[in-house]
Amino acid sequence: MTVREVVSRGTLVIDVEACKGCDLCIDACPPNVLVMTTHEVNTRGYRYPELMPGCTGCKACSQVCPDFVFQVYKYDTPLVRVVDDSPDGVDERGGPEGT
Amino acid sequence: MTAENRGTVVPTEQPPEEPVSLVDDFTPALIDVGAHPLCPGCGEPVAMRSILEAVADLDAIQRAIAVFGIGCYTAFSNNLDCEVLQALHGRAPSLATGIKRAKPDAVAFTIQGDGDMVNEGLQEVIHAAARGENITCFMLNNGVFGETGGHLTATTVLGQRTKNTLEGRNAKDHGYPIRLSNLLAELDGATYVARAAVNSAGNVAKAKRMIKRALDVQLRGEGFSFVEILTMCPTGWFIETQEAPGYLTDNLAAVHAIGVVKDQRA
Amino acid sequence: MTRTLMEGSEAIAEAMVAAGCRFFAGYPMTPFTEVLEHMAKKLPAHGGVCMNAESELEAVGMAWGAAATGTPAATGSVGQGLSLMQESLSEITLARIPLVVLNMSRGQSDYYQATRGGGHGDYRHLVLAPMDVPEAVELVQLAFHWSEKWRNPVLVFGDYYLAHTYQSVDVVPIDFGPLPARSWALDGSTGGTGQAKLLSPLGDVKQRDDVGYDLEDYYLRRAAETAAMVDGEPALVETGFLEGAEVVVVAHGTPGKYVRFAVQAMRADGLPVGFVRPISLFPFPTEVVAAASARARAVVVYENSMGQMIDDVRLAVLGRAPVHFIGGLTLDKSGFGIGPDNDVLVIRSRIEAVLQGLSSDALGSVEGANA
Repeated sequence: MTVREVVSRGTLVIDVEACKGCDLCIDACPPNVLVMTTHEVNTRGYRYPELMPGCTGCKACSQVCPDFVFQVYKYDTPLVRVVDDSPDGVDERGGPEGT
Repeated sequence: MTAENRGTVVPTEQPPEEPVSLVDDFTPALIDVGAHPLCPGCGEPVAMRSILEAVADLDAIQRAIAVFGIGCYTAFSNNLDCEVLQALHGRAPSLATGIKRAKPDAVAFTIQGDGDMVNEGLQEVIHAAARGENITCFMLNNGVFGETGGHLTATTVLGQRTKNTLEGRNAKDHGYPIRLSNLLAELDGATYVARAAVNSAGNVAKAKRMIKRALDVQLRGEGFSFVEILTMCPTGWFIETQEAPGYLTDNLAAVHAIGVVKDQRA
Repeated sequence: MTRTLMEGSEAIAEAMVAAGCRFFAGYPMTPFTEVLEHMAKKLPAHGGVCMNAESELEAVGMAWGAAATGTPAATGSVGQGLSLMQESLSEITLARIPLVVLNMSRGQSDYYQATRGGGHGDYRHLVLAPMDVPEAVELVQLAFHWSEKWRNPVLVFGDYYLAHTYQSVDVVPIDFGPLPARSWALDGSTGGTGQAKLLSPLGDVKQRDDVGYDLEDYYLRRAAETAAMVDGEPALVETGFLEGAEVVVVAHGTPGKYVRFAVQAMRADGLPVGFVRPISLFPFPTEVVAAASARARAVVVYENSMGQMIDDVRLAVLGRAPVHFIGGLTLDKSGFGIGPDNDVLVIRSRIEAVLQGLSSDALGSVEGANA
């Protein structure tokens, strides 16, 4: 059986080079979809955030960020995925709700 | 969960191809460039961003003159697309007074730290408030002299460790912190006095509302307006950047309480 | 001509208004207080603002802010009050903001403060020293012109006598010529253009914060502008009776007027004396003093202090003639700078003593006697 599930309402552009690895965005993100890299660093040597699915476009990250790292977007139509609970796993298709 | 072992990282180098609307840009209109050498986790750029966004929202940029005090935030004035008059430590309120009296149409505001305003310049801000001077003063309060490395100021809270109070501020040797917003609220010339913080998205939103109200007081010629903005300084507090928002809540905001202290707008 | 009998303080205030001053801030202190009173009365009628600042620090701060908007502004005090203002005066000068500053001093002991600057950094102020009320009316107006011409503060060095002597003056606005446009002035309008202006002692061009201020560039440019000002503004000076003068007397301000009179009377009696009265203390009329000393047998300095201007005289004379100090601290009970020695007979007798010393001292000079 398939279920349509909203994955992300928003997304980001992350200016990796601007980041100074302060981690404030990680704690500020309500759906907890920002994760700091552990081994990768930018050219200044700082770890930086990466985005997981589930962003709501709430802009908490950009509001608390001291280094102007984020550009926040909201999808006109949220990204969904269709979950197929057959043994093969998840069949992910992005697209407008209703298709 | 870590990025490397999940494989579901969303690409974030480019704006998405799907139809989107931009909710928040890297820098607001009046901040030319984001890069600055302020410490990781510093609250000051967040506070200054809020102030400049409020100026833009109120359509006041072509009348705005920012008078900067001296502290870490001073060099950041270079990034602002707004006219800037550089003052001496503590002296910004009198310069803003001169600007406003000479050019009443200007929107004159000061950006000062706690060391600048409450140590060096205490009489200046008190007199400007008492006079009901139609200017807006902003104090970025992190409880330390950040630029010199993290030293005691008049707003440092009891128990706070700084470079010259290594065992923590104690009342016997170092006296008590001054709650400047509360002091200014006592003055009849002060119309709007509020205390904000930038340690969470919710507080940043609240801060912006207070800042806008304060500037609006000036636009209406209703007297002196003041917003104290508590900012994080993990370097000056000797803690990790992620701990700073909590430290602010537990220590600074416990003494310098967030909220509207006085609101006598018409 | 509508000459009016006016107290010096009022004449100075009138002159400031005539020069276009539209902002004044001050704090009461004797003998400066009446200037503040007169400006408080006069400025509003001319569309200007006079602020009763809560301290001298705030007075100079307010004048700084007003001046930054391109409004001709002034402040003032007495030497002690100016001491409080020094940090601000340094920074205003380094930021190239025009400002007129009055020192209605007590005596002449603030010469070092005025001409060397009591603040930090490598800045210079132009300094004008009127000898009486009519001259003050001209020099105050010149001060506003110079300060805008060079984008540099100008100090007018007065005193109690000047503040409180009544003289008949006609305050006529003087046109000193065209001034550059105030393109540096702030009014908010360049905000949001990508070219928003900056007025700062650290720089005049916004560099991005990750680039930072280019202090060396700014300071060297500032030094070059200062040198241009110092070289470009000829010193103002009055001389008299230098032809055949064996003794040349140097004095400035109110005592300068006494010396003038004493020398004139001595010449009338056939005594070979002359005077040099510096009117601008910075730039100091070095060449004029040097030339006068080349033909003289002694240069004497009369000032109401332990000897401060005498340093500049010695630098100008450079050993061409002995330099004698015939001034000194002279005080009455008020402490406001009225000096009993400011008396033409007293001054004359001291000059005569030097003359007699020259004629009896056939062996020649005792160099540079200090008091």
